[in-house]
Amino acid sequence: MKILIVDDFSTMRRIIKNLLRDLGFTNTQEADDGVTALPMLKNGDFDFLVTDWNMPGMTGIDLLKAVRADANLSSLPVLMVTAEAKRDQIIEAAQSGVNGYVVKPFTAQALKEKIDKIFERVDG
Amino acid sequence: MEQESNTDANQEFITELQDCAKMLIEKLQGDNYEEASKLIQSMVETRDRHIFLAVGRLTRGLHSAIVNFHVDADLDSEPPVVESSEIQDATDRLSYVIDLTQKAADKTMDMVEASAPIALNLGQEAEQLHQEWGRLKRREMSADEFRELYRRMDDFLQQTGTGTQQLNKNLQDIILEQGFQDLTGQVLKRVIGLIGDVERDLVSLVRIAGQVEEVTGLGDEADKLVKATVGAAEAEGPQIHADVRDDVVSGQDEVDDLLSSLGF
Repeated sequence: MKILIVDDFSTMRRIIKNLLRDLGFTNTQEADDGVTALPMLKNGDFDFLVTDWNMPGMTGIDLLKAVRADANLSSLPVLMVTAEAKRDQIIEAAQSGVNGYVVKPFTAQALKEKIDKIFERVDG
Repeated sequence: MEQESNTDANQEFITELQDCAKMLIEKLQGDNYEEASKLIQSMVETRDRHIFLAVGRLTRGLHSAIVNFHVDADLDSEPPVVESSEIQDATDRLSYVIDLTQKAADKTMDMVEASAPIALNLGQEAEQLHQEWGRLKRREMSADEFRELYRRMDDFLQQTGTGTQQLNKNLQDIILEQGFQDLTGQVLKRVIGLIGDVERDLVSLVRIAGQVEEVTGLGDEADKLVKATVGAAEAEGPQIHADVRDDVVSGQDEVDDLLSSLGF
């Protein structure tokens, strides 16, 4: 399972990376915004995308839309992990095809639940 | 104080206008058109003088606001380049907060990552020794195995000593690293103070400008232009008053409720 973690703060990338490792996902790569993430996704057979929303360059919501618009990536599971907490934003993410939405600050438990749920649905 | 003198000036101007207007009516009723025309002329002059004064005050207010924030700018270049100012300084300070919190977070995570294997190792070795120890107690152990256990026990005690020493040191380092809270707190307080000053100066400028608008009859239209709408899905960063806002969720449970209401 190859996972791309996208967040402009390296601390948050590292936290997510650590949590994922505890959950048994050791094959992770990182990008600091949508602009760097998108080419990596296009060239790199990733199985899962974890992205922040608020990033300079290209935001997570735009990255999500770009992923859904790309024929090769359109079915890639995407988990949003973000401090953005407005109802309108969550609705927009849902409508743009996000597979899970975790608000920061979050717990290891919440992240695990969402990931499990996403793969349950993808596998089933 | 400035505010009072401005109000007085406005009041003075209005009183002068009213006096002139009364006299103007008298002159007109007395068919004294020459005097009336002179009065109209003087009213216009009074009004102009008042506007000049008000604009002058506004300019002075702006100037003192700029001086207060120590703005050092090249105003001749287009657009003007700010070389240094308290706002610039505040921006630097906020960047420093990001750097400091980043370093503290990195250091803390380094320490935790260095500690986790030590604790894991000690735990595993203790567990295994405990099982061996049980066999010894049940007299299931050969002499050779006992010699091996004897040696491992010695190693383990030594490992425990150095391991816990290292763990203690890492824990202390983590504690020390929390000093960032103090440093960033001080910086943030200064920036908050600056924002307060900027707000105060802006409010007083708006007041002076309001008096200019009052005498010139300008105003409402400019206010209408300022009102811009913010896109619904614009990124805002962490919500600091999530619990009192209706349009914002206050935790993962509410996110899950909202998503499940959308069929997730």
